[in-house]
Amino acid sequence: METFFKRLSSLSATTILLILTSIFIVLFIEAKPAIKEYGLKFLIDPRWGVVISNTQNDKLKNNETVEKSSFEDKDDLDDDLEDDDIAIEDEDALAAAGVTASTDTKVIYGGLIPIVGTILSTLIAMIFAVPIAMGIAIFLAEIAPPKIAKPVGIAIELLAAIPSIIYGMWGLFYFGPFISKIFGGGSVSLLVAGLVLGIMIIPFMASLTRDSMKTTPDVLKESAYAIGATKFEVIKDVIFPYAKTGIIGSMILALGRALGETMAVAFVIGGVFKLPSKLTDPTVSIPVVLANNFAESSGMSLAALFYLALILFVISFVVITFAKFYFLGDNK
Amino acid sequence: MKKIIAGLALAVVSSFGWSVNGTGATFPYPVYKQWIKGFYDSTGNKVNYTGTGSGTGIKEVALRHVDFGGSDKPLSPKTLKKAKLYQFPTVVGGIALAYNIPGVNNLKLSEAAIEGIVLGTIQYWDNPIIAKYNPNEKLPHKKIIFVHRSDKSGTTFNFTYYLSKMSNVWRKHYGARKLINWPTDEQGRGIAGKGNFGVSAAIKTNNYSIGYVDYADALKNNLKMATIQGRDKKFYAPTPENFEEGAAHAGFDPKRDFFKVIAYPKKGYPIIAATFILLPKEKTDTNKKVTTFFNYAYDHDEVAKKLGYVPLPSNVKAMVRSYWKDHDIKPQN
Repeated sequence: METFFKRLSSLSATTILLILTSIFIVLFIEAKPAIKEYGLKFLIDPRWGVVISNTQNDKLKNNETVEKSSFEDKDDLDDDLEDDDIAIEDEDALAAAGVTASTDTKVIYGGLIPIVGTILSTLIAMIFAVPIAMGIAIFLAEIAPPKIAKPVGIAIELLAAIPSIIYGMWGLFYFGPFISKIFGGGSVSLLVAGLVLGIMIIPFMASLTRDSMKTTPDVLKESAYAIGATKFEVIKDVIFPYAKTGIIGSMILALGRALGETMAVAFVIGGVFKLPSKLTDPTVSIPVVLANNFAESSGMSLAALFYLALILFVISFVVITFAKFYFLGDNK
Repeated sequence: MKKIIAGLALAVVSSFGWSVNGTGATFPYPVYKQWIKGFYDSTGNKVNYTGTGSGTGIKEVALRHVDFGGSDKPLSPKTLKKAKLYQFPTVVGGIALAYNIPGVNNLKLSEAAIEGIVLGTIQYWDNPIIAKYNPNEKLPHKKIIFVHRSDKSGTTFNFTYYLSKMSNVWRKHYGARKLINWPTDEQGRGIAGKGNFGVSAAIKTNNYSIGYVDYADALKNNLKMATIQGRDKKFYAPTPENFEEGAAHAGFDPKRDFFKVIAYPKKGYPIIAATFILLPKEKTDTNKKVTTFFNYAYDHDEVAKKLGYVPLPSNVKAMVRSYWKDHDIKPQN
């Protein structure tokens, strides 16, 4: 029985590792055509789905040249345009027939904008959410009388259970317009996305932080009070150091959720492929690009999406590992 | 024992009706759903259609995973030949330019105005090119916010196809695609919404915005829609009658498997789009079942009209029916 139990639990643990590596391998294989095509330049290329013809490659660098040449061509405007004249993106059609893309034009995919969008929206969310979540947790764990702490605690746990699409709809119709009235800009923007994300991760962080604060032994707190410490000093010098691991753990979990959040952000981030010059500009994040384009993509555009997914995977992995070792390293 | 017999009897009864499966374009999904319901009620035959997007529709039927595929984008005769598929149109829809300018209710947009707005050369609502045809409206000196789709979509393809035919500059730089880098985004005047629903919401919640939405959705959301200039330089309001006039001049050709993006017809409202069905050539028996269903659909125009779609003109229907006959996939009975 003893060995059976041991085996069973180690099997469960290895399943996770297996799933993790198989996801990584699948992403890598699917992304391979895009990795081969664009290489690491993908990370710093702000163009997404831009068509260039191979011969015009150099011209495109100079926008004015293209502008000029196109206006010159205006003379040969034919009244009955042939359909073939129009640069139709024929990827689906070609993929259906089992033919690879033609060689005279090339579509460039670069991931810079979604990568920056993901990092910025997560950053805004964390800056907004961490102080509020800490406040809620301290209030619930130490300050509020049980009569209040219990219902508020339940309410917060309920908030954590709301599906993200509901946050998205609420953000699109009410919160977004409200924010745009205060800060200007459109009803969908990086700022709105960051704040909605922040609101989504607050309950998560707050309830985990509260739970870990509550594990502080009463003896410790009482002895601090006994030597004349104020409530603030007890929280700052006794509870926080004691619950540090749990608090940072809650932040890491919340960070992971913010990085990968899709539905809510897809509605409120704007979906525009442009580096934001200010907070109220619309932009995109990696999960949003994936959700918006996955169903309609094939061939190279699909490979580029898998490349983006792989990058998101790596970003999450790096951020979480870094956070774990940096903050919790000395505890282990 | 009784239960088993009853179950067997039920199975026998239900096996009298056949069923076919299809997947693809989401744009015609509401009207297909209604037709499927009516078809089932009157014949007992089942058609299953799921709205997964045109790209998926093409892929699934090319791989022979489904009996038929739906696509908003027609495939060229060459591609159809390679993939061994038949193709025919089913229903037409209009794309409206919906706007939100407080105080302006009857916006008229000329071709030059539309071109300027999408290319970003017209930046303010009171630009003389727009004002020219709107002498009675008080156009504000406000920046134009252009709303577009953030997801890959057939609506974007059809709208940009229209732009490509209408504007030479647009054709040179952008062409017709399902996802496009809009020039207005570069200027910071662009917003995008996910799905028709997202675009409608963005137009509603942002003053001084304009965007393209499927007519049925604009209608549902009570958006103001611009009257726009057609290819014959006349102005057309987005109404089913004007869409129909456009569809009548679309120029479908059965010899080319109806390969035709119908936007920018010679007359009528210019931004219209047809949606297509793809059939695997070798499956003659199931194809006959599918055409039986669409034959039924062609006879029930009122269903499409009620939902804001435009039925195919009768001459096109006749063409499709003889196309079926020629390829020996004529509807049953």
